[in-house]
Amino acid sequence: MAASKPRVRFPEQAQAGDVIEIKALITHVMETGNRKDADGKPIPRNIIHTFTAHYDEALIFKAEFGSGIAANPYVSFFFKVPGPGELRVSWQDDEGGETIERYPLNVV
Amino acid sequence: MDRRRVLAGAGALALAGAARPAVAEPDHPAAAAATADPAPLVPTAHYQDALAKIVGNGSPIEGRMTLELPEDAENGNIVPYKIGVESPMTDADHVARIHLLSTQNPQPLVATFRFTPLSGKAAVSGRMRLAKTQDVVAVALTSDNTLLIARTTVNVGIGGCGAE
Repeated sequence: MAASKPRVRFPEQAQAGDVIEIKALITHVMETGNRKDADGKPIPRNIIHTFTAHYDEALIFKAEFGSGIAANPYVSFFFKVPGPGELRVSWQDDEGGETIERYPLNVV
Repeated sequence: MDRRRVLAGAGALALAGAARPAVAEPDHPAAAAATADPAPLVPTAHYQDALAKIVGNGSPIEGRMTLELPEDAENGNIVPYKIGVESPMTDADHVARIHLLSTQNPQPLVATFRFTPLSGKAAVSGRMRLAKTQDVVAVALTSDNTLLIARTTVNVGIGGCGAE
């Protein structure tokens, strides 16, 4: 199952210098690789292994996930707003799927 | 509160290489039966390897990082965690990485978080899986190569992680 329905939440507007919280959630099975199917065959691991957040080209935060992260991975992190720019978040899974979302930030 | 301290102490003993923490042996069987607490679990060899890889020859400092999880988690498939380190998060002085580890899951390294000065705050939260009752451990690395460690015990009702 591929990743779907990304949801990202952050304050509608911010001032330069503010530290804001960013919450990101995506629908994904996060199959651990530890389970077996009805025939006893191992179900291959398929997890979102990497989540990244950039502001324009600069890295804000990166998470490398293992099988111990819950299904539909949710992560909350912080961002010190340097000025106007574009927030870009991405999720990558074991099947090569990548979901990228871009959000302009309303800096007042 | 007492029990959590005993479990944490037992975890430290296990980390130090004790085969079986002596404090887990009840002095008074009747009292132990009354509380019905299971003995603390010795961390897996996988966990010890993962921790050694992160820590190397360093000596992690306790007390500067907060690691918050529920004391009791009915559903091990989805357990909230929250990690934070007080840090100015400047170019010269910031938290670079935080590792989240499980001492009992099949895969001990649950996540590695990378922070930058743009993070503004060295804090992260999310939801993890716990296969069974265990200590959860966080290890942070600062930009000046200081290692920080925090651990907390979570009692798990129904374990996550699928069949082992």
